[in-house]
Amino acid sequence: MRKTLIAAASIVALAACGEKEAAAPAGDASYQETLLLQLLDAKPGDVITIPEGKFSFDRSLSLAVDGVTIRGAGMDKTILSFAGQVQGAEGLLVTASDFTIEDLAIEDTKGDALKVNEGENIAIRRVRTEWTGGPKTENGAYGIYPVQTTNVLIDGAVAIGASDAGIYVGQSHNVVVRNSRAERNVAGIEIENTTGADVYDNVATDNTGGILVFNMPNLEVPGAKTRVFRNKSIDNNRKNFGHPGTAVAGVPAGSGVIVNANDQVEIFDNDITGNKTANVIIASIFSSSLSKEGMKPDFDPYPEGIYVYGNRMGGGGKNPDGLDLQALKVAMFGPTGAIPDVLWDGYVDPAKMQDGVLPASLRLCVQNDGAEVLDVDGPNGNKNPRLAAADHDCALEKLPPITLTGPLAE
Amino acid sequence: MMRVCAALVACFVIAACSEKSPTPTFHAEGYPEQLSAWGVLSARNGVLHVSKGATPYDLATPLFSDYALKLRAVSLPDGAAASYDAEDVFDLPVGTIISKTFYYETDGEPGVVRAQGTRVVKDGAMPLRGVRLIETRILAHREAGWIALAYVWNEAQTEARLKRTGEVIPLTLARADGRREAFNYLVPNANQCAGCHATNNTTRAIHPIGLKARHLNKPSTFNAGFNQLDWWKASGLLEVSEGEAAAAPKNAVWGDAAFSLDARARAYLDANCSHCHSNVGPADTSGLDLRPSTPLGPSYGYCKSPIAAGNGSGGLPFDFVPGHPEQSIAVFRLETTDPAAMMPELGRAVTHEEGVALIREWIAKMDGSCG
Repeated sequence: MRKTLIAAASIVALAACGEKEAAAPAGDASYQETLLLQLLDAKPGDVITIPEGKFSFDRSLSLAVDGVTIRGAGMDKTILSFAGQVQGAEGLLVTASDFTIEDLAIEDTKGDALKVNEGENIAIRRVRTEWTGGPKTENGAYGIYPVQTTNVLIDGAVAIGASDAGIYVGQSHNVVVRNSRAERNVAGIEIENTTGADVYDNVATDNTGGILVFNMPNLEVPGAKTRVFRNKSIDNNRKNFGHPGTAVAGVPAGSGVIVNANDQVEIFDNDITGNKTANVIIASIFSSSLSKEGMKPDFDPYPEGIYVYGNRMGGGGKNPDGLDLQALKVAMFGPTGAIPDVLWDGYVDPAKMQDGVLPASLRLCVQNDGAEVLDVDGPNGNKNPRLAAADHDCALEKLPPITLTGPLAE
Repeated sequence: MMRVCAALVACFVIAACSEKSPTPTFHAEGYPEQLSAWGVLSARNGVLHVSKGATPYDLATPLFSDYALKLRAVSLPDGAAASYDAEDVFDLPVGTIISKTFYYETDGEPGVVRAQGTRVVKDGAMPLRGVRLIETRILAHREAGWIALAYVWNEAQTEARLKRTGEVIPLTLARADGRREAFNYLVPNANQCAGCHATNNTTRAIHPIGLKARHLNKPSTFNAGFNQLDWWKASGLLEVSEGEAAAAPKNAVWGDAAFSLDARARAYLDANCSHCHSNVGPADTSGLDLRPSTPLGPSYGYCKSPIAAGNGSGGLPFDFVPGHPEQSIAVFRLETTDPAAMMPELGRAVTHEEGVALIREWIAKMDGSCG
């Protein structure tokens, strides 16, 4: 009897193993109607619980009611699959405030995975967005994408395979992105035209560019005041698979942290290593792939007030992306040399110069043990690139930490 | 037994024959399960009727919706009128019901719908032979604001049923030249209705879109000899002074060469884009503002780089590249049917080839260069 029982148990165990190894099921499609209705009928204060399982959708989901929480059973247990999506530019589109989403995954959407368009008090915790076929140009653009939002927390998220940015915070205010992981995207984490962001304790690896702080022209508000600290931005050397014409399509493979046209950015206490173009790139819009012609006249194309200090950097710049930088590297540092840790395109706003120098608060300051700064002399067609660490040995007033408020206060 | 049955059948027949034309019925709350509850339309004996008290109207240049033909009708509370506005949607009183019925002409082959069609309501009625009714959308103005509901017609074309979660209806489009393509017609869910009708992404209140002076200012299709705005005024639907009516803005008819190319292209972009691509709409994140009042510059897409277009850039540099439709993102996005890249994002699954041709021609003849 005892023997029989054990035998039976092992058969069950074997069967279970067999199931696990079988191809993942396409997902339960009958749940779509249920969730669509729950989202439509949600009332402020509702918690919509999505059970463990893989659920498939052929249309976008959307939520337009304030004060709703969507909660799964875990980012590897509750999976919303959009592999069969025939309609909709997002997986889940949220146009509401006081929104929380936790513990689930959104996979294989045609466009963006999770977009929150305008709202305040937005919490995105332990959400995974992924294109499961690996990095491909035809993947959706953004994984986690709050835009025009205020008081935003992204915590413990995972973003994989986006053809633009894995985690992308656009045109927002008072933002914290932390404890998250971005890999195999074109841009890992991107903060764009956003005012007041703390990006910390994240890992960005195997992207084309690890962490980006950008300002784009032709938008209502420029961004400023982002702190990037205690992150690991390591080995972001993936060949750029972005769509030509997009802002990230011009990101060189092998970029650890890039600041483009943004102001008052602090980069400190990070591990930024092994990024083959350069560990840190500070650039103006003139060195981006973006149009200069279509720029609004009041747009400020220069990165100003940038402070890089106390990071652990190394192993970068050994094989820069692009012929110009390759040639420059070989000419300056020899075939086995490397681009220094900080690469600056050399553009400064002539209109802001006072007696030939920039006001102290607008400078690029680098106080990072042993880190050299390469000024590539972009304004003169890279004629006189030079090592310029001594010129940038300055300090800037430090930015205050971001304090989340209201329901997200800690 | 036989006699009883026969009597019952007779009763049904009599009931059908004596059925009165319904009248528009405003529901201040709830979501009626059947379209007939609103009383704005009825399908009887193979004919679709617009109820007395509901006024059909149309627009100079409408939104493209997968070649569907559209029957629009507005019903105002007794004695009430809309207030005129030169730019924005008319102010319509609480109690207003707007209906929009999407339909196609067919050759009778199941699931196959024509890209072309001329069938319209005449004297309040439209025969349904050779017509496939798809859905009727209701916008109703309640005290708390507008609500949007979509009703999907049954196969018998006698009634439409509420579908709050929307529906995907597989159809085959037969183009004029005989080409056929399968597509998924989308009946929007209530939130997707707001995707277009919440024209201010901050307040997110739902509004009608088409009931603007510039869309309605055209010869009436339903009352020959009248300008549509004049007819509305004459029939008491619209409060507008003669001076205002005379100065009313007027959109071009996109397919009518009597209008200038520029006016036709702008009317097309207005109807298809500007409800999102305005200064306050859901697409204000893009910095692209396609309202007719926006001058041709970066904000209108002229030599404008994408912001967050992602796949939508199509690998192209600017929205409109003067002289070069093939380099213009707008053309790519209007043409593609990839859900991640297409514009508009909702309500289109096939390419509006004739509309794209108009935008191509407009860009081809546009002056200047992006340097």
